[in-house]
Amino acid sequence: MSNIIDLSLSELVSNIKNKKLSSYDVTSEYVERSKKSKNLNTYIEETFDAALKKAKEFDTKPDLNKKLPGIPMAIKDLFCTKNVKTTASSKILNNFIPTYESTVTQNLWNDGAILLGKLNCDEFAMGSSNETSYFGNVISPIDKDLVPGGSSGGSASALAAKLTPATIGTDTGGSIRQPASFTGTVGLKPTYGSCSRYGIVAFASSLDQAGPMTRNVNDAALLLEVMSSFDNKDSTSVDFKRPMYSKDLSKDIKGKKIGIPKEYRVDGMSEEIEKLWENGKNYLKDCGAEIIDVSLPHTKFALPTYYIVAPAEASSNLARYDGVKYGFRTKGNNLIDMYEKTRSAGFGDEVKRRIMIGTYVLSSGYYDAYYLKAQKVRRLIKNDFNNIFQKVDAILTPSTPSSAFKIGDKSNDPVSMYLNDIFTVPVNLAGLPGISIPAGLDKKGYPLGLQIIGKSFDEQNILNIAYSMEDKINFKFNLKEWWIND
Amino acid sequence: MTKDYLIERNGKKYEVVIGLEVHAQVLSESKLFSTSPTKFGSEPNTQVSLVDAAFPGMLPVINEFCIKQAIKTGIGLNAKINNKSIFDRKNYFYADLPQGYQISQYKDPIVGEGTVVLDLASGSKTIGIERLHLEQDAGKSIHDIDPKNTLVDLNRSGVALMEIVSKPDLRSPEEVNVYIKKLRSIMRYLGTCDGNMQEGSLRADVNVSVRKQGEDKYGTRCEIKNVNSIKFMQMAIEHEANRQVDILEEGGKIDQETRLFDTKKNETRSMRSKEDAHDYRYFPDPDLLPLEFNDEYVEIIKKEIPELPDQKKSRFIEKFNLSPYEANILVSDLDISKYFEAVIENSDVKLSSNWITGELFALLNEKNLEITESPISAKNLSNLINLIKDGTISGKIAKTVFEMMAEEDKNPIEIVKEKGLKQQSDPKELEKLIEKVINDNQDKVKEYKSGKEKLFGFFVGQAMKVSGGKANPQLVNDILKKKLK
Repeated sequence: MSNIIDLSLSELVSNIKNKKLSSYDVTSEYVERSKKSKNLNTYIEETFDAALKKAKEFDTKPDLNKKLPGIPMAIKDLFCTKNVKTTASSKILNNFIPTYESTVTQNLWNDGAILLGKLNCDEFAMGSSNETSYFGNVISPIDKDLVPGGSSGGSASALAAKLTPATIGTDTGGSIRQPASFTGTVGLKPTYGSCSRYGIVAFASSLDQAGPMTRNVNDAALLLEVMSSFDNKDSTSVDFKRPMYSKDLSKDIKGKKIGIPKEYRVDGMSEEIEKLWENGKNYLKDCGAEIIDVSLPHTKFALPTYYIVAPAEASSNLARYDGVKYGFRTKGNNLIDMYEKTRSAGFGDEVKRRIMIGTYVLSSGYYDAYYLKAQKVRRLIKNDFNNIFQKVDAILTPSTPSSAFKIGDKSNDPVSMYLNDIFTVPVNLAGLPGISIPAGLDKKGYPLGLQIIGKSFDEQNILNIAYSMEDKINFKFNLKEWWIND
Repeated sequence: MTKDYLIERNGKKYEVVIGLEVHAQVLSESKLFSTSPTKFGSEPNTQVSLVDAAFPGMLPVINEFCIKQAIKTGIGLNAKINNKSIFDRKNYFYADLPQGYQISQYKDPIVGEGTVVLDLASGSKTIGIERLHLEQDAGKSIHDIDPKNTLVDLNRSGVALMEIVSKPDLRSPEEVNVYIKKLRSIMRYLGTCDGNMQEGSLRADVNVSVRKQGEDKYGTRCEIKNVNSIKFMQMAIEHEANRQVDILEEGGKIDQETRLFDTKKNETRSMRSKEDAHDYRYFPDPDLLPLEFNDEYVEIIKKEIPELPDQKKSRFIEKFNLSPYEANILVSDLDISKYFEAVIENSDVKLSSNWITGELFALLNEKNLEITESPISAKNLSNLINLIKDGTISGKIAKTVFEMMAEEDKNPIEIVKEKGLKQQSDPKELEKLIEKVINDNQDKVKEYKSGKEKLFGFFVGQAMKVSGGKANPQLVNDILKKKLK
C-alpha cells in the first residue's frame, strides 16, 4: 500500500471499510503531517488531540456503513463548529466559540468524519488570495511566495499539501473553484440551495454556497453526497431528490452537448489558457461529447454586478458584529464610539472596503442606480444561462484568467484582484453549479484549471463530465515538500 | 352633529390632520422568524434564541402562524391581501437590534388598502387604511438599572409586529381614541392582537399636521414616535397641533421632523430633523424568499374569521331591536358581546341590555374589573332578569339582590327564596295591606279626595314600606286607585 497521505478520500474510505486501515492510523498520519506543515499557515485552530481521541473511539466500535467512516478532515473556518473557536479569519470573532454546529459540518460528522481543525481563509471569505486573513496569509505548497487563491485558501493549501484527505469550502464568487484551480485540486460549487447555509458565517447570502474540495472528482462526488441536504433552518434550502453522486458517477458522456461561450475569451488571456481550453474541448470530443459555440452576452457585466450585490449584502450581514453581544469589543465613551472603535479595530481593510461599497450602493439616491440595476443585470445573466441550457448540457470555460500569482502582487490593487474572479462570478450570480478540475500547468509549472458549469441541480452531469475529462487529462503534479519542518 | 375639532387663533380656524402608524404585536406563541416564546414579563434574556441574538450563521425562518394572523387582520380591515410580499432589511445600528437590521416589509407589504368604520357621536366615518406589514420588534435597552451601563433585554427581539398605517383621515383626538379602540376591538375579535397597551402590545407613531380650515393641501407633518396609551396620544396631538399653529401664526414654517412626547411635561420635543433622518438602506432580505400564497390559502383563512364588531352591531340592531348606541356599547368588546349573548339566551333582550350597560358596568367600573372577571356570571344575571320579568321581584328588590350577588356569585332564585324577597302579588293580601294604610292615614285621604292628588305617591310609598318593599308596585297602584276613588 502507498503512504496513507497519498490515498484519496475514496481510497481511504474503502481501506477503512475493508479494515486495512483504522481511523486512528489515518488520523494520526494527518495530525503528524499537519504539525510539520505550520509554514503554510493553513490552520487557525487545531483540534488534533480531540481528533485522535475521536478516531480511537471510532475504532472501538466502527460503524462501517457511514460514508466517511472515521475520516479526519480540516475545514474552512467559516463553518461554525460547536465548542470549537470559529473566527471567519477575523479579529472581530477572534474569541468566538459557537454553541452550535453548521448543518453542513453536522452532516459530515453524522457520516463519520472527524474534525482535524479549522482552516485559514480570507477574512469573512472576502478575497482571492488568502491575504486578507487576520491570522496572516496562507502560503501555497507549490511555492513559498505563491498565493493559494482565496477565499478558501487554507482549505486549498491544506488539501494540496496533503494535510487533510479532503476538505470543504464556501464559494461566493469563486472561493472554492479559484483556489482549487491555483493548487491543482478539484473544487465544486453546488447549485444555490443544495447545501444548507445554516451555521456558515454569512458573506453574501444570495451567493454563498458550501462545496467540496478534493483530490479527484470521485471524492468530490462522495463529499457532496454527504454535505448536501434539505434543511428547514435555511429558507433558501431547496427540497429536491438528491442523487447518490458517487454511486451514479459515470464516464459515459457520449452525445453530451458542451457549450463554449465566446465571451470568456477575454482580452489579455494568455496563450497557455487558450491552449488549455482547446485541449479541454478535444478531451471532451474524445469522450464523444459535442462542442457547440455559444454566447452569454451579458458576461462582461457579471463582475461589476457581483461587486455591487455581494458588498451590499455583506454590509448588512456584517452589521451584527458590533461588539455588543459576542466577539471582539473596544471600549468607547458611548454606544456610537464603541461601535466605531470596535469595528475599526475588528475588521481588516478589505472587509471595510466592501462594507463601504455595500453601504454606498444601498444608500438612498444610489439604490436605483446601483443595487436595483445590478439585480436586473443579474437576472439578464441568469437568463443568458437559461437560454444556453436550452441548447447545451454544460459549459466549459477556464477557471481563472491566470495561474496563481505571487504574494503581495495584487494585494494593493483591488480591481486587479477582483478580475481574478471573472470566470467564476457569473456562476454564483446565476446560482448554478460549477466545478474546477486541474487541467494542466503553465510555463512556470503552476497548475491551471478548467471549469464545467451545469444546469441547476445537475451536479451529477458536471461531475460525470469532469470525471471523464479527469481520465483524459491525467493530471500529474508532484510537489517538492519544501515546507515540511521535521 | 357635534362641533368639528378646530384650533382657533387670532380669528383663524385650523384643522388638525392625523395619520397613525399602529404597531400591534401579533398574538402568537413564538416569534416571527424563530421558535422562541413571546410570553410577556419573563426574566430578561430568557426568551432568546441564537437567531434572535443574531449569532453568526443564524438564519430567519418564517413563522407561518404569524403570516395567517396578518392575513386575518387584513381581512378584518376589509383590505386587499397581497399574494406576493417581500421581507426587506431596514438597516440601522442600535444596541437592542442584534442583527444590525430589522426585518420588515417595505415596498411590498402583505396587506394593502382597507377601511375601518368609526362610530362617532356625529355619525359614522370611514378611515382609510394604507397598508399593513409584518416586521420584527427590537429588544429593550434599559438605562436606569446600572449607573454606568445600558443593559439590553432581547426577550422582545424578533417578536412579530403588524404595522397598520392609516391614511391621514383622522381629524381630532377623539377620532383617534375611537379609531384605536375600534382597531383593537377588531383585532381582539380576530384573536390576532391582545391590544394590551400596558404591556406594549399596541403602540403608535402619530403623524400630525395642521392647515387652515377649508384648505386642500396638507401641511408639513411631524411624527411623534412610539406613544403607548390613548390618553398620551390625545395629549400629544393636542400639544403638537397647538405648537404647529403657534409657529404658523408667528409667520414660521413647520419643519418635517420626528418628535418625542414627554408624558411628564406634556409636550413634544424634537428627536431628529429630516436632514438627520436615518438612511435605512432597505433591500430585500436575501435570507428569505418572497412570501407567496394563492387565493385559496386566503379563502381558507376567511372561513375562520368570526363575526366582527360591525356585523355583530347590525345583527343586534336588526334582530334585537337595540338602538345603535346600545349595540355599539355591547359589541365594542368581544367579551362584553359574549356576555350579553349568554345572558339573552334565556332572558329579555331589552332588560338584559339595560342591566349590563347599567348596573353591571357600574359594578365592574367600581371594582376595576374586566367583564371576564365579572363577579356575577351571565347565567345568574339571566336568572335575575327573569325574576324581574315574571314579576317574582320588583326592579327595586332586584337591585338589592344584585348587590348580594356581587358579594357572592349566587343564584338569585335562591337568594330571593332565602331572604323571602318574593314580590307580594296576591290581590287579597295587598287589599288588606292597603286598607290598613288608608285607615291609618284618614287625614291624608281627606286631603287627597279634596284634590291634592300629589298625595297618591305617599300612599304607594306607605304600602311599599309596610310590605317591606315586596309589594308588587303595579298592583299596589291599581288597588289604591280603586280604593281612593
